[in-house]
Amino acid sequence: MKNGFWVFCAALIALGGSWCGFVLAPELQLGGAKQTTVLNSSDVYPIELSGDATLGLQVYRADGCAACHTEQVRQTGTACSVMLTDAGKNPEAITNLISSLVLTNLTKEDADAAAAKIAAAGGKTEIHLTATGPDIARGWGMRRSVAEDYLYDQPVQLGSLRAGPDLSNAGARADSSWQLLHLYAPKSVVKGSTMPPFRYLFEVRKIGREPSPDALKLPPEFAPPAGYEVVPKSEAKQLAAYLSSLRASVPLYSAPISP
Amino acid sequence: MNKDLKSNTSAEVDASLRLPLLALFGGAALWLVLGSVLAMIGSIKFHAPDFLANYAWLTYGRVQPAADDALLYGFCIPAGLGVLLWLIAHLGQVPMRGVIVPLFAANLWHLGVFIGLAAVLLGDSTGFAWLEFPRGGSVVLFIAYLLLALWAMMNFAARRERALYPSHWFLVAALFWFPWIYSTSNLFLVAWPVRGVVQAVIGWWFADNLLFVWLALVGLGAAFYFLPKFSGRPLQTYYLALFAFWTLILFGTWCGIPPGAPVPAWLPATGSFAAALTIVPVLTIGVIMVQTLRGGEKCGGLGGPFCFVCFGTGAFLLSSLMFLAMAWPRFAVVTQFTWFDPAQVQLQLYGFFAMTMFGAIYYLLPRVVGFAWPFPKLARLQFWLSTVGVLLLVVPLAIGGVVQGMKLNNPNIAFLEAAKAALFYFRFSTTGLLLILLGNLLFALNIFGLTFVWKLSLLKQALALIKAPLETGSASISLRRDKEVKA
Repeated sequence: MKNGFWVFCAALIALGGSWCGFVLAPELQLGGAKQTTVLNSSDVYPIELSGDATLGLQVYRADGCAACHTEQVRQTGTACSVMLTDAGKNPEAITNLISSLVLTNLTKEDADAAAAKIAAAGGKTEIHLTATGPDIARGWGMRRSVAEDYLYDQPVQLGSLRAGPDLSNAGARADSSWQLLHLYAPKSVVKGSTMPPFRYLFEVRKIGREPSPDALKLPPEFAPPAGYEVVPKSEAKQLAAYLSSLRASVPLYSAPISP
Repeated sequence: MNKDLKSNTSAEVDASLRLPLLALFGGAALWLVLGSVLAMIGSIKFHAPDFLANYAWLTYGRVQPAADDALLYGFCIPAGLGVLLWLIAHLGQVPMRGVIVPLFAANLWHLGVFIGLAAVLLGDSTGFAWLEFPRGGSVVLFIAYLLLALWAMMNFAARRERALYPSHWFLVAALFWFPWIYSTSNLFLVAWPVRGVVQAVIGWWFADNLLFVWLALVGLGAAFYFLPKFSGRPLQTYYLALFAFWTLILFGTWCGIPPGAPVPAWLPATGSFAAALTIVPVLTIGVIMVQTLRGGEKCGGLGGPFCFVCFGTGAFLLSSLMFLAMAWPRFAVVTQFTWFDPAQVQLQLYGFFAMTMFGAIYYLLPRVVGFAWPFPKLARLQFWLSTVGVLLLVVPLAIGGVVQGMKLNNPNIAFLEAAKAALFYFRFSTTGLLLILLGNLLFALNIFGLTFVWKLSLLKQALALIKAPLETGSASISLRRDKEVKA
């Protein structure tokens, strides 16, 4: 390459290509995405967050929670299990048949074959589809995360490090009063937690004429001195509202599971 | 061009760059130290979660991004731009004109970093990795970059040596690269945000193109100049370098979408495919490096600029291989979401880029300022502190990441146990960060010492000017000053 013009062209071709591929194309494919419907249901998904939870996402962003927490569940595969719903007219034969069959952790083909055998003996079955993988086994979600889950997030906080657990379904695991205790004194609810406490989101104040209804009910070793109470500031309440709103487990066309 | 004329021009080029380079490197040294202090604070929080927990601005989620941004935007980019200006002016043998503009732009850049870091610590981060600076900071950075790039391009266009050296390709491409990716991602993520997970895709595209491609372009552009210079052997070879350049920008720019990301499957698949192809330029660069250094002189002694650049290029090869490995789905299953990823990033930012820049700056700044380093022994000590520091930081963190990843993949091991498995390795990496902090302090000490020596000499000259008998004429003295300094 003899002059700057060619270097410019090289950069233009290379970066222009990846710009079209990783900026323009995803926007064309997903930028106009709308709510989808839950599989085998007429419910729409996702639902927009409530006001407090929306503000809570901004606290999550401002305090950089995504530095240690992901919001994406991985899945290694799916497994089928055959459930007997009706033993039919000859339950004994069905029981004998079932004891000779493997009915869980099957591929779709094997599950269909087992269901066919039971149907031939007169029983009725349902096939349940479940997601598999360590994240699922840890109870972090029922299925993998998909693009639909993030439709209303601004900013999208996928995270890239799991110094703490995944939070895609934090709302399904704990309510906001647990979240508040955990934010103020992580070790009070999770023994040996490595999460730093977020005491600055709370106010320790003298109890007035009567205790605040919001005051945290802390175990004695984490409680403030007598006559004082720990009251969450509005940021803490919003963050807890956001965390307890996090759920991404409904079955979708792109990530089917049995409800 | 005859040799006398050339050395004369080189001195002119150096003198013309003095003010902007001192501004770029001085500010960069400051952010480098601040960044490692912030990184230390963040690291200590893993050993003692209660440490500084009452201050919102020092919470881990703010300190850690601020530390990363201080290293990348505070040190790496301005240091890279300074070295780039020097290389372009030297390769073209043209002194920088209108120095006031790059001087202004250098200060503007550091102002932008200040605004951005303050915003991140105060909780006004945008929430996107490597793009945390909100509008107030990013617009300032963008304008400063454009001014510096414009002046670099004008100098490039006016070059007297018309033929391009391989470093030119890398550096000129880098000049275009950053404004494009920075404007795209700030417009689509912050100004008029796209919806949903497209944000994440653009974020990954940006991070790959800045941390992998831009840093590689500038760092290798510098290495391809300094390695042949120090070893006394020409670059081996021009055509291999051309091949590495093309394949690096063609394939490297498509990496970065992690396998298994919650996006349409073609995106991570493309990313993994591109990463597999990017092994070609990385290995080519390894061949170029080995061939250029083999049989060359080992000038400069242990801990000199040569060692810095050699270590930096070696770290580039290792960090690139780690980066590409993370795009391989079977490996990513273990390392994704673990400390392996931060380990690779630190190796890329500090082990490769910062170390290469230290070497370049230790070589060029005394020539630019016209004085020797005030503490040359401390510069050599910094090499050892930074080398041992970055190895202690990165190697245990990468191993700890793999261990953590294997435990995370076994659901029978409690999450907390998996997370705590990394803490053992963290003891080493916190020690590494401490050594890096000390090394950075020595670097800053030398930069500020040199600036001080230079300012002192200016003061002496001014005093001499005042004391001098009137008939000497003030104008001729100020002209003579430059020549004396060079001699």
